[in-house]
Amino acid sequence: MTKSRKVRDFKEKLMKSLFLIGGIGTILILLLICLFLFAEASGFFKTYSLIEFLIGTEWKPGARVEVFGLLPLFFGTAAVTAGAIILAVPIGILSAVYIAELASPKAAEILKPSVELLAGIPSVVLGFLGMVLLVPNIQRLFDLPTGQTALTGAIILAIMALPTIISVSEDAISSVPIALKNGSFALGADHWQTIYKVIIPAAFSGISASVILGMGRAIGETMAVMMVTGNMAIIPGTDVFLSSVRTITATIALEMGEVARGTEHYYALFAVGVVLFIMTLFINLVADAVKRRHKLEA
Amino acid sequence: MDTTEPLSSEVKSADMTETNFLSKFRKSSEAQHGQQEMLETEKRNSEETAIEINDLNLWYGQFHALKGISLTIPSNSVYAFIGPSGCGKSTFLRTLNRMNDMITGCRIEGEIIINDENIYDKSVDVTDLRKRIGMVFQKANPFPMSIYDNVAYGPKIHGVPKKDLDGIVENALKSAALWDEVKDRLKESALSLSGGQQQRLCIARTLAVKPEIILFDEPCSALDPISTGRIEELITELKKDYTIIIVTHNMQQAARISDYTAFFLTGDLIEFGKTVQIFENPQNPKTEGYISGRFG
Repeated sequence: MTKSRKVRDFKEKLMKSLFLIGGIGTILILLLICLFLFAEASGFFKTYSLIEFLIGTEWKPGARVEVFGLLPLFFGTAAVTAGAIILAVPIGILSAVYIAELASPKAAEILKPSVELLAGIPSVVLGFLGMVLLVPNIQRLFDLPTGQTALTGAIILAIMALPTIISVSEDAISSVPIALKNGSFALGADHWQTIYKVIIPAAFSGISASVILGMGRAIGETMAVMMVTGNMAIIPGTDVFLSSVRTITATIALEMGEVARGTEHYYALFAVGVVLFIMTLFINLVADAVKRRHKLEA
Repeated sequence: MDTTEPLSSEVKSADMTETNFLSKFRKSSEAQHGQQEMLETEKRNSEETAIEINDLNLWYGQFHALKGISLTIPSNSVYAFIGPSGCGKSTFLRTLNRMNDMITGCRIEGEIIINDENIYDKSVDVTDLRKRIGMVFQKANPFPMSIYDNVAYGPKIHGVPKKDLDGIVENALKSAALWDEVKDRLKESALSLSGGQQQRLCIARTLAVKPEIILFDEPCSALDPISTGRIEELITELKKDYTIIIVTHNMQQAARISDYTAFFLTGDLIEFGKTVQIFENPQNPKTEGYISGRFG
């Protein structure tokens, strides 16, 4: 073996291990976070029953007898997320179809960066706008004691989920082979029929993945939601969307700063964090599975 | 435009000399076009004109892709368009059902008359036109849905009531010689079929909307010889009920299945006429050069 060859081989090995360290590092960080989260949460269940936590209907950390029931928070998150998806999905899919199929190249050139810009707005700014613009108007419109409702949060979250839904759906729609469109046109279908019956079904798994990813974004969002939903940790009545709610994320953000380390309340917040972690993990796995199906079909 | 189409490997690699190609053709033409059949075809042809093209010009931006094409296409016959890559034959085919409408920068002058109507007239409903003039593409393009739904797609969008669909689907699949292979799996995905089956499914899909004319854009170029043979048989069968126009790179294919042939070169229609005449006694030296394999 020549000397230069040896040097080259050494360099090769060195580079390889550097990249390996980078890769392992990321996984390690993830593992450590999980470990810490689960370890702290398990502390909670030494003193508090898991069942009571999961089906408890009250969240009263400051009370004389502290109660940590997950349900009010879970319903808060569910109401805000569901509302956001109901609002964002139709708008998002319509925009995606418009950009991918109907817009002139010039219009698409303006629309696509606008969508990206929308994604770049910090959530606190959206929360601020929600506070100033939405809250008073919703209060007036529905004649409520407060405009800080699940609906307000849902609207803000819908705006935040839109860019994800639009760009992922648009990708899926644009990647439908042109041969399929031509086949449909050649049978005498018009553009609308082609979009509705061929293009959207062919892009369906991509569109579903976009919705699930948008949902993941909505569930994890904290700041904006905290600013506009009122943060009342009670299970909403029949008028879910017009009552104040408190999400899982907002609970952690609001209470973590005040809680004394090592108390039952402290551990309870970690348990809530684990619930959030499992929810987002599940959503990501589903989105992944749907996307993979999409690739197989293509 | 078909500038990106690969040159026909069969023509290239066959490495046939002029004489052996022509003699092969003569043999096959004798076998295929029996005297009786020829007479019958002629009798039918003299009755009706399916398409009349008058001085058709087409530009892609500045590029003059079709130059003053005039041609009459008789009913119930197979008309083959041949020529080297980029000669405009596929472009010409797509003018006949206005598929070029979707290409930006494409401009058309001249007229194409079908059923006493210029199809480029403003009053023409393009979707209705495409219903009357079906098209089968180079690469099979079944929709990602079931076999049944693929065939039912056309009738459904044209408002055929649900109760009639079963019959239409069955008939279309039978006409496309696919029924026996798929009758027990109509609900399965069309993508589970083989390439040749997919192409016959696309033919069935086209037949289901009951067109008068069917355009084939190199329908066999992605298929193996056995599948190709089945499609050719099918085309010969279909001409009883439909007027068929086929673009092909494969000259043996044109010789085998067509009644008429038109030869295109760089946007010009060089020569057209009875297939037998074009292949055995071409008038233009360019035609002779192409069919004898000297270029293309």
